[in-house]
Amino acid sequence: MAARALAEVSVGDTIGPVTIPVTRATLVAYADASGDQNPIHQDEDFARSVGLPDVIAHGMWTMGATGSVVADWAGDAGRVVEYGTRFTKPVVVPVSGAEIVVAGVVKAVDPESGRVTVDLTTTAGGEKVLGRCVAVVRLD
Amino acid sequence: MAVNQDFAGRTYPPSGPWPVDADLIAAFAAAVGAEDPVHTDPEAARAAGYADVVAPPTMAVRFSQQADHDYISDPDAGIDFSRVVHGEQRFVHHRPITAGDELLGTLTVDSIRAAGGHSMVTTRTELTTASGDAVATCTSTIVVRGGGE
Repeated sequence: MAARALAEVSVGDTIGPVTIPVTRATLVAYADASGDQNPIHQDEDFARSVGLPDVIAHGMWTMGATGSVVADWAGDAGRVVEYGTRFTKPVVVPVSGAEIVVAGVVKAVDPESGRVTVDLTTTAGGEKVLGRCVAVVRLD
Repeated sequence: MAVNQDFAGRTYPPSGPWPVDADLIAAFAAAVGAEDPVHTDPEAARAAGYADVVAPPTMAVRFSQQADHDYISDPDAGIDFSRVVHGEQRFVHHRPITAGDELLGTLTVDSIRAAGGHSMVTTRTELTTASGDAVATCTSTIVVRGGGE
């Protein structure tokens, strides 16, 4: 892959929507890779004991998976120079698994610096799970 | 026990060093569905101008959460981890993290504020190389739910 050319990017360009499955195995893999072994992300009984409906995805998994969509669009993951979000709702992951849907829109393009600002929307079961999710990618 | 406001503004000695290797990057990339070959193929990464395979943009959290640990687990800080929810996360990458890096993390407690019976604690970890070159700024806000006293 090569990085997307800045000249080909305009305000209003859309990304996705991309549907990403998530299973309990995904969360175990994420826990191992990230070091976040909080049992609410793996153990249904524990999750219920603290008042959650079921196992929930790590917010950082959801942010990471959403980031993969914008990195793919940029054509080079190393081009994502800023990335931030709020975690507004958990993604509930039953035994049968779940999915998130990620979409983006280009909000600003700075031709001088090459900085492209992308607003991202991630939903699960039709509800937004991230708030103010914004990535900045730097393109040439 | 309430969150101790006295910790606001405190900076901790650097944590780490944490070595970054290709296996860790590949595992993290697979877990977040990142399929860009710059995560797994050193030739693709070098062709794109990097020293080696590149970490996904959110992998820095693995290190920033380790830097957070000394603060959050300090009994004097008054943070009941069972009542913690992740509220917000932000990364500014000064350069991509690549395999072969050895990172240090310096944690600062940026703010502690009350909001609707909860406490919002914002921490910032500056990830650097051993020689002090800036790699990433990771800012996290956790919500410590009140009502447990």
